[in-house]
Amino acid sequence: MHAHEPKAMTDPHAGCGCHRPERREFFKKAATVFFGAAAILAPVGAAISVLLDPLRRNAKSGSFVRVASVNAVPNDGVPRKFAIVADRTDAWNKYPNTPVGAVYLRRSKDNQIEALNVVCPHAGGFVDYSAQSKCFLCPLHNSEFALDGSIRDPKSPSPRPMDTLKVEVRDGQIWVAFQNFRAGTREKIPA
Amino acid sequence: MTQNPDPSPKNSASANSPSAASGFGWIDWLDRRIGFRQLSHEALYENIPGGARWRYIWGSTLTFTFIIQIITGCVLWMAYSPSSQTAWESVFYIQNNMMGGWILRGIHHYVAQAMTILLVLHLMQVIMDGAYKAPREINYWFGLVLLVLVLALSLTGYLLPWDQKGYWATKVATNIAAITPIIGPGLQKVIIGGADYGHHTLTRFFALHAGIIPAMCVLLIAWHVALFRRHGITPKRPLRKPDATFWPDQLLMDTVACLAIIAAILVLVLVNHGAELGPPADPSENFSAARPEWYFLFLFQFLKYFPGGTEIFGAILIPSVIMLVLWLMPMIGRSVTGHRFNLGFLFALLIGATVLTYLAVREDQNRPDIIAAKSSARESAERLKALANSPEGIPPTGAITLLRNDPLSQGPKLFAKYCASCHRYDGHDGTGVKLKDTATASDLKGFGSREWLTGLLDPNQVSGAHYFGGTRFKNGRMVKFVTRKVRAFTPEQKTELTNVIAAVSAEAALKLQKQLDASSTAQIEQGVHSFKQGIGCAECHQFHSKETDTSGPDLTGWGSREWLVGMISNPKSIHYYAEDNDRMPSFADEKILDPQTIGLLADWLRGDWYEPAEAR
Repeated sequence: MHAHEPKAMTDPHAGCGCHRPERREFFKKAATVFFGAAAILAPVGAAISVLLDPLRRNAKSGSFVRVASVNAVPNDGVPRKFAIVADRTDAWNKYPNTPVGAVYLRRSKDNQIEALNVVCPHAGGFVDYSAQSKCFLCPLHNSEFALDGSIRDPKSPSPRPMDTLKVEVRDGQIWVAFQNFRAGTREKIPA
Repeated sequence: MTQNPDPSPKNSASANSPSAASGFGWIDWLDRRIGFRQLSHEALYENIPGGARWRYIWGSTLTFTFIIQIITGCVLWMAYSPSSQTAWESVFYIQNNMMGGWILRGIHHYVAQAMTILLVLHLMQVIMDGAYKAPREINYWFGLVLLVLVLALSLTGYLLPWDQKGYWATKVATNIAAITPIIGPGLQKVIIGGADYGHHTLTRFFALHAGIIPAMCVLLIAWHVALFRRHGITPKRPLRKPDATFWPDQLLMDTVACLAIIAAILVLVLVNHGAELGPPADPSENFSAARPEWYFLFLFQFLKYFPGGTEIFGAILIPSVIMLVLWLMPMIGRSVTGHRFNLGFLFALLIGATVLTYLAVREDQNRPDIIAAKSSARESAERLKALANSPEGIPPTGAITLLRNDPLSQGPKLFAKYCASCHRYDGHDGTGVKLKDTATASDLKGFGSREWLTGLLDPNQVSGAHYFGGTRFKNGRMVKFVTRKVRAFTPEQKTELTNVIAAVSAEAALKLQKQLDASSTAQIEQGVHSFKQGIGCAECHQFHSKETDTSGPDLTGWGSREWLVGMISNPKSIHYYAEDNDRMPSFADEKILDPQTIGLLADWLRGDWYEPAEAR
């Protein structure tokens, strides 16, 4: 038998030689849809729950991390890059003392230590320091930043200056409150 | 329902259709371009000669379970990490840390088992109803290929959690592949991605499980259903009722069946808290309870009847002949006798498989080694759950490291292996097994505690099997001291002895006695004094002094980790038994054990291991 044969194409009610009450037919259809939906509900629900599990995970950051000795920062105001070493949790793994990011440290004119997150606020690229032009340059979309992190070129794609981080000097050691911020926004919003 | 009740697809797309009038013109627009009305009409209004019947549900339930496997499998895929250091760990994370993860994994696990049952039922229905006969031979063969593919999915999926059970069971399966003549060894290497199990075994099995085999299944299922629709259903005669259509008559029965299946699966998931996850794969630890999934048990049992060198018959030749007969059934079934043969063969096969499965299960239920392996695996898995959720978490080297470095997990096994030939632990070998031989050295349960020392200094116990009874010190100075002098102690001396016990036991700094030690500092101080001045201990033992001419072991730091490690490492040292040492080997100096293993033993004897309550 072939599905395109006339018999298969005729009215479903005609073949059986009886006329089923429409109400019964409706209930049958409704029950089919209901049972089908009920059967798929639990697997789909569990799948969505696991799929959306990442929404429960929040970045924990903002606590002070020891970065370097004060002596390691050049006296002439040139920034130097330092790795941020902290404990990191990656799903099931826990890594003690592992690099989690980087900062630029420099001395300001009044000899204060300043810290900038290396991540470009535009799209999250890793900003380079250009010794030649004495500025920060993002290699991705050419955002340019001055040494204090402010936007140097008004046409710069970055919506805000580089992200400054809180710094504390304790016993000659520099501690930085390391944090990442959301890219692409004018405001500095913790990520 | 947007389904047009008009069964004629040609008319439904006309401009005068109700959907155009009611603002659903875009449906017509879409239909003119992709023709979904005709497609859905063909899908839904298939004629069912003789009306809907429960015996026709199997195909739909299989499609349903396959779709569930795709949905749950895709999300599991997003959280699974195939490598020998991350496979078990990622499954553990799905199971214990992701919201609803255990339910998702449980559904995937039990639906896989349901699919196998449904496949067998489908095959039975097809053969019994003669639905394999011309012109449906090729579709029947597609079904057989799908059966094999689903079994392959099950086999590959079993390894992915990389637990002891899956690891050892799959090893057996891939070793069987190696006995294939000529190509066997090469085939095995290709399957497992090298000479031995590792990262590439997982990446290959995963690619097969989540990519290649499912893709083949999707293609074959589509073709299988298309061919089924082309030839129509094979009605069970005589027809009992008037004809009906697939939608809603047959589909109602199908959805009821699907709902019943998923309900049963959910019960299994909830009762068993999802699918089991045993301890991680460990090539250095045997697992006697390694068994394939229950529906492969008949093959597993079958292999037991083939003596060495003839496995190829049980593993490859006979199963191949059975598959060949199944394959040829459409040809054999052309005559009435042939069809009867097919039915007989099918039932003989099912009965044989059932009997073999029963024998395999019964044998395992009565074997103490299997029961012990299962319970020890459950304990390890539970322990690992606690360790993995500890503040240190799972190290990058994998969860197996946690288990290998855990005194509670390793201590009993090490004690049974290296110490229990002489010592006992609470009367057993450390793992709970009571040994037939009597102990010839002390029972070390509670070593370092006040209780243990109190027993040692009890005149009625010191020369018993629990302490020095089986050793060369049975009639030594210590035993004589306890049985003669201690027996005759005055009440004041007895109090002094209690203080000494507190003082010496405090040296051990046992975790279990921490509070007791902290609350009795005065008593401990008095005990130190009594040890040195009073009741005669210092005649033989050193205790925080620099004399070296004493004959008994130095009790400074007695029972501490350092003391115990030193004792196990070299009991012949001047600080311990020196030349009086009985039979105890110098485990470090004779290179029997490495320092880490000795540390594990010492920690275990001292009851020093991670407890989840500490983290709170």
